[in-house]
Amino acid sequence: MASALINVPAKAKRGEIIAIKTLISHHMETGFRHTETGVPIPRDIVTHFVATYNGEEIFSARLYPAIAANPFITFSTVATESGTFEFNWTGDNGFAATEQAKIVVE
Amino acid sequence: MAARHGSSLAPGHERTFVRLVVMVVVALFTTTIPGLTGDIPVDKRRSTYEQMSADTKAMQDEDTANPGMLWVLDGELAWRTRTGPAGRSCADCHGEASSTMKGVAARYPAFDPKRGAPVDIEERINICRTEHQRAPALAFESNELLALSVYVARQSRGMPIESSDARLTPFISAGRDIFERRQGQLNLACVHCHNDNWGQKLAGVPIPQGHPTGYPLYRLEWQTLGSLQRRLRNCLIGMRAESYPYGAPEYVALETFLMWRARGMLMESPAVRP
Repeated sequence: MASALINVPAKAKRGEIIAIKTLISHHMETGFRHTETGVPIPRDIVTHFVATYNGEEIFSARLYPAIAANPFITFSTVATESGTFEFNWTGDNGFAATEQAKIVVE
Repeated sequence: MAARHGSSLAPGHERTFVRLVVMVVVALFTTTIPGLTGDIPVDKRRSTYEQMSADTKAMQDEDTANPGMLWVLDGELAWRTRTGPAGRSCADCHGEASSTMKGVAARYPAFDPKRGAPVDIEERINICRTEHQRAPALAFESNELLALSVYVARQSRGMPIESSDARLTPFISAGRDIFERRQGQLNLACVHCHNDNWGQKLAGVPIPQGHPTGYPLYRLEWQTLGSLQRRLRNCLIGMRAESYPYGAPEYVALETFLMWRARGMLMESPAVRP
């Protein structure tokens, strides 16, 4: 599976509030389900999401089993300077994914 | 037959019996007349998109919010990947999908002269794989097959559905027969919901007209992408009817009929549905 879809505006004015949208590919197995023979299916979810803006954490979220597959997280921030957003997802079974997006602030 | 059965009844009972038969016939006609209202007029047809909430619409409209795009990106990769002993990729024969596959999904299922029957996009991809790439066929509803079919379908986004091949006519009517036939323990036909009661609620959910404009599509209930055959299977299970195995000619006939029924409507793949 493709890993993630990211939407960050390529350009913004200084001080402008921008929307950031992220979608990570993950099946988010709750841990509450069983196979047809009654064997529990172990939990396998994304547990933590962190977004940084030029190295500084600007947003983070904890995720739980009630979150649907392919979690879509959107938030807003203030465009202060040109640079890079980095998005990190971590989860069960050593799941880790990283994506980056650049922004030019005028 | 009725007379012979009747003759075994006493005269008084016979009259009651006839009256009963008349009542049943009248009841049958009055209850099935709504089922005979026929096709939805062309100008009254609408995509299920129009019945969705603003949030779900926004999810479909924006590529970075539409989870179906994950499969489209995968499909693009698979399109360029050489596979099978023939060592060929889809792109080696078909080139750039953005031009060669434009409008293709909008006219599928298409008639295959070699098989003498229509094939849908999924089947066409597997025919290509087994005959030209000499690779094993992909399983129905596997991520690999969904990715390739949604990548192809995506190239037709915004284009009108076409159904003009005369060779499809017998399959369209075979599909219509299934669509109009009562089946399952609930004794329902597809028409009862999708022609006669669209827009009403079923268990709190609006009943759609059932136009296959957005397949393969991401269904929030499934939490994944699925094909039109999966959706049809879903409906059959809901009617408590026996579903067909994936790839069955009945499904392809239904798909062919549904695309004819939705002719002229615009493709939305990958759509998002609740």
